[in-house]
Amino acid sequence: MRGAISVKSPSFQLIAFCLVLSLAFPLWSQPAADIYAIKGARIYTLAGPAIDSGTVVIRDGKIAAVGANVAVPGDAQVIDAAGLEVYPGMFDPITQIGLSEVGAVSATVDARELGAFNPELIAATAVNPASAHIPVTRASGITEVMAVPGIGGFDSEGGGVITGQASAFNLTGWTMEQMQINPQVAMVLNWPSIDARSFDFSTFSFKEKPYTEAKKEYEKSVNEISDWLVRSRHYAQAKEKGSPDLFLRDLKLEALVPVVQGKLPLLVVADEARDIRNAVDFCAKQNLKMILASGSESWKVKDLLKEKKIPVILGPTERLPEKQDDPYDKPMTQPAELNAAGIPFAFSSFGTSFSRRLSQYAGTAVGYGLPHDEALKAVMLNAAQIFGLADQIGTLEPGKLANIIVTTGDPLEIQTQVRYLFIKGQLTSTDNRHRDLYEQYRKRPVPTR
Amino acid sequence: MKRALLLVTIGLAALAPFSVCAQNSNAQKNGTILIKNATLLTVTHGNIEHGSILIRDGKIAEVGTDLKTPDGATVIDANGQYVMPGIIDCHSHIAIDGGVNEGSVSVSSMANIADVLNPDDLSIYDDLAGGVTAANVLHGSANAIGGQTIVIKLRWGKTASQLPFEGALPGIKFALGENPKRSNFTPPPGVDPRYPATRLGVEETIRAAFIEARQYKKTWDDYRQQKAAGNQNLIPPRRDEKLEPLVEVLEGKRYVHSHCYRADEILMLIRVANEFGFKVRTFQHVLEGYKVADEIAASGAGGSTFSDWWAYKMEAFDAIPYNAALMTDRGVIVSVNSDDAEEARHLNQEAAKSMKYGGLSANDALKLITLNPAIQLGIDNRVGSIDVGKDADLAIFNHDPLSVYAVVQKTLIDGQVYFDRQRDIDARPALEKEKQDLLAKEKSAAEEKKKEEKSEGKSEKKPDAKKKQPPTRQSMGQVAGGGL
Repeated sequence: MRGAISVKSPSFQLIAFCLVLSLAFPLWSQPAADIYAIKGARIYTLAGPAIDSGTVVIRDGKIAAVGANVAVPGDAQVIDAAGLEVYPGMFDPITQIGLSEVGAVSATVDARELGAFNPELIAATAVNPASAHIPVTRASGITEVMAVPGIGGFDSEGGGVITGQASAFNLTGWTMEQMQINPQVAMVLNWPSIDARSFDFSTFSFKEKPYTEAKKEYEKSVNEISDWLVRSRHYAQAKEKGSPDLFLRDLKLEALVPVVQGKLPLLVVADEARDIRNAVDFCAKQNLKMILASGSESWKVKDLLKEKKIPVILGPTERLPEKQDDPYDKPMTQPAELNAAGIPFAFSSFGTSFSRRLSQYAGTAVGYGLPHDEALKAVMLNAAQIFGLADQIGTLEPGKLANIIVTTGDPLEIQTQVRYLFIKGQLTSTDNRHRDLYEQYRKRPVPTR
Repeated sequence: MKRALLLVTIGLAALAPFSVCAQNSNAQKNGTILIKNATLLTVTHGNIEHGSILIRDGKIAEVGTDLKTPDGATVIDANGQYVMPGIIDCHSHIAIDGGVNEGSVSVSSMANIADVLNPDDLSIYDDLAGGVTAANVLHGSANAIGGQTIVIKLRWGKTASQLPFEGALPGIKFALGENPKRSNFTPPPGVDPRYPATRLGVEETIRAAFIEARQYKKTWDDYRQQKAAGNQNLIPPRRDEKLEPLVEVLEGKRYVHSHCYRADEILMLIRVANEFGFKVRTFQHVLEGYKVADEIAASGAGGSTFSDWWAYKMEAFDAIPYNAALMTDRGVIVSVNSDDAEEARHLNQEAAKSMKYGGLSANDALKLITLNPAIQLGIDNRVGSIDVGKDADLAIFNHDPLSVYAVVQKTLIDGQVYFDRQRDIDARPALEKEKQDLLAKEKSAAEEKKKEEKSEGKSEKKPDAKKKQPPTRQSMGQVAGGGL
């Protein structure tokens, strides 16, 4: 909407701010020591029972040893963590972090592209390593996230059908190359809904249309998805036959090849039970590896999800029930229900600025019946397993990335502070824009009148 | 048509529980309730372990550790549970029928929330289930001077006329910054952009309105003076419903609750208020309040903010979760509000964040959602703490409400249980059965259309659970036909 960037424009101010921020980077990001020992803490490895008092040794960015009787290497920098607790860092798998700075300022948002089918777009391409959201988010104990194009959050509306590829990355680093865990983790599909009621912005009111008409639109949309997949299969066949002269390289079809081959999971956004059923049915017929995202009414289709082994990335527990005659607490009790049914799930914020509420979403679910250890897994381990990243993150085991939080207590409890933060084995600052502003204005002298 | 008929039938059937509910509540209102064995978070005089609260005629009659159970009293054994004052949400948009924004003009003070209260809004029940007992219900922020606001109690199941908080001073919504200047809003085709489009214009709009209001007040004052002096041949001035609420502001009879974000616009409104001799009662959201906390405190205004929202728009980019604590440190009366029917369900969690960010004490954190919003709304003589003589508006949690694991068990308003988690859970199977029956009925309706129409009156048997109890969210949802 705005043209060239002027000095007074918000975007300029933002860029200027980001530059200032990036200058602050070296202060804490220098690899001061490669070897650390976190000593004397209660350790929750999530790979076995908690260790009452133990040591974690970090070497070359990875966890070297964990246990009650682990020797502290002579050259290690020792963190005395007596009275503190150690956990794997949290993982928020669906965010727009790095793609969205200020939700309402489009110049700062790269979370949604024009056009319905953009499978070739990769989130990592435009993740801004100097985003203010990164230090703010990690200060709450989140050590890695995925940036996901085209999925809506509180401050970023979704758009499109196949919207691109989600990228997983650590929440510190100079460049995306240093930060990324895996830039191509999943393909995003916003499953079309049979919507007889839609919001019309031109009249600013809801518009109803006949069900048959809505159904027709839905079928058209599903046929389009099928068509893309069919063409991608043909493309793969042609490519395999090794005749590059016979076809033009097509970025979109090429990007879909690992999806139709079942190698790249499809992250399917659907909420209503009917949409979930349709999506599961579709993915089964097409032999696609489906991960359900959002899934407000997963509780209505538990048997199906269980039978088809579909994991769920749940949206915030803090939302209103999907339907008017649902129990008031359904979003809070659903995680416990899915857990009891044996359906793998993880929590996610689906947002940018609300990513730091991840632990609150899980804690709330505990209040409504989810076992505490399962809630920890649902913010630390499960998403890593669901997206095939558990060889690198998710537990405190030798060989994994040293993404570790040292907390003053239960990480799901609101008042708990993150005392130390390790990302890729680096002791990483929890300073951030918010704490800086706090310190700055806390010291403001009382004005004289 | 069949469907419409069915819905009407459901609607009529649902009236039954209402009347029963009203009888129940009247009986309870005059009755005596003893809540015992609880940890009482009084907010004004510390926490009381193994405490009891005696409620008589809707008021807190006694608070202590050694209360006797009076004859005929209903006993709520809250063993191991926590009782806190009912949560007060200083910024809410629930219970409003139709649009929240009258966006056509920049001064919409003639519009009044009191005219459009909707007692059937499910959000009332949802928020009640989060321990909220009172809410300041406001228009949106599309206008520099917005509509008239009203404080309600969340008396779910009652009529619109029974919602307002008796005696609470009404308010008016002001809004500064991006929303009234419409930075993030594209007018629909055919609608012209609206003045103002800058913060300069927002200031001018407010000043111009008060110049008008001051003149209007003078016209009426002169008229009344002359009339009092015995002048009989006077024509009264023409009434102006836009200016009347602003005159009330000038006379201190109506509170100003002003939406704002940036520090500069906060100071701007303080200057304008000083110029016209009125007070801003609360700055709402006030996300940069921490930058000018001393000035806000000196002006006597309160600050009602969010816990940790930020970066959703440019003016929220300097928002920090330390805001409530920083303003509190500088002497501002601070509350944490929801602005959202869902957020209101966990204001206890949101208040707890000020302990993490800025180190407020547990009691000061509780004040953010109880006593402080009560002071801001001028109702602290009635609610906001557990003190003898105050209204028995209480929330009972199974854990310390500042813990993420705390779940509301009961919410009382005027000494009546308006929300009971166990009752809600117990009612679910019967409601689910009723819903399935209705769905089955609708499905077979086409085949046995005539037959069913004849027998419909007889087949409307309601499950006992619903008949005796006030409505839950689900029973009302079913009336509204949401799941159908």
